[in-house]
Amino acid sequence: MKELLDLFLVFAKIGGFTFGGGYAMLPILQREVVETRKWATNEELMDYYAIGQCTPGIIAVNTATFIGNKRRGVLGGIVATIGCVTPSIIIIMLIAALIKQFADIIWVQHALAGIRVAVCVLVFDTVMKLAKKSLKDVVTYLIFAAVILLTLFTKLPAVLWVVSAAVIGIAYKIITERKKTSGKEAA
Amino acid sequence: MMIYLQLFWEFFKTGLFAIGGGLATLPFLYEMQVKTGWFTVDDISNLIAISESTPGPMGVNMATYTGFTVCGIPGGIIAVLGLITPSIVIILIVARILERFKQNKVVQYALYGLRAASAGLIMAAGLRVAQAAFLHMDVWAEQGFAWKLFNPIAIVFGILLFVVYKKTKKHPILYIVAAGVVGVIFAL
Repeated sequence: MKELLDLFLVFAKIGGFTFGGGYAMLPILQREVVETRKWATNEELMDYYAIGQCTPGIIAVNTATFIGNKRRGVLGGIVATIGCVTPSIIIIMLIAALIKQFADIIWVQHALAGIRVAVCVLVFDTVMKLAKKSLKDVVTYLIFAAVILLTLFTKLPAVLWVVSAAVIGIAYKIITERKKTSGKEAA
Repeated sequence: MMIYLQLFWEFFKTGLFAIGGGLATLPFLYEMQVKTGWFTVDDISNLIAISESTPGPMGVNMATYTGFTVCGIPGGIIAVLGLITPSIVIILIVARILERFKQNKVVQYALYGLRAASAGLIMAAGLRVAQAAFLHMDVWAEQGFAWKLFNPIAIVFGILLFVVYKKTKKHPILYIVAAGVVGVIFAL
């Protein structure tokens, strides 16, 4: 019960301070879930994020379900997800009911411009932490660079790059393994 | 009662078919607008602006706003539940499969490539925010002066923030809140 409450509160915190898409939740998620609570590893976080891009639904929600489920099964997945969406529901309803022109308020725009700078700095730092163990050879660096360029300069869906990277990973590993074993046989 | 079921169903479909983040829900909203007439096209642009300027996943913000506009507080909650139900079910199934085959060699190899792609996707998203945070693309396109492209205050602030973050390593939320305050004070 204690851990379910924890899951709810941690994801409510993440949902309440994520400005931008699913990537913007990663700095807080990495701090709370990997560093402080050790609920998941950096690698698992990257798996969840990539899979969340390929399955239907919102990436932040998908990641919350994954981690909740890992800790406390189905119920954990549901509780974490509801935690993640609760702040949104409350904030949006308050704004919709009270201030229709919220986004036009000048200091809201200034605050958001400042927040964008912070999100940017935090995301760059997080990507380095997350990728430390995953970018380990030429192939992974090439995939990393190619995905950045393809995402920025084409409008094709991310699923395409995630699936291609997985296929490249399988093909490359199988080929190098064959080479190794055939090398051993020759020797 | 009927309207709640319909609301749930419409957002259930959106959650089931929109792949890849909040913006992917937009085409579904436009279709819903035409089909149901629950809200106007102006409402959609208003809700995009609000979703982008409030915390939380954009898709969830949009569902809340739409549901609330259509039928109040229960509407907002039901729309969100509709939206997240398919995600929860699908991810729970995927997680089971992943857990079962995690030790499988081919899955390991796939994850090896997939993690690099994941890092690339996050980096690309970070670069897009950087463009919005540090550059004035619109002013540059209008006036053509290269030096107008950069937003010097934001760049200096970004560098300072990075140094302070690396030194102090406090909770990320602290820097997000502080940056919002700095943004208001310096009119970024």
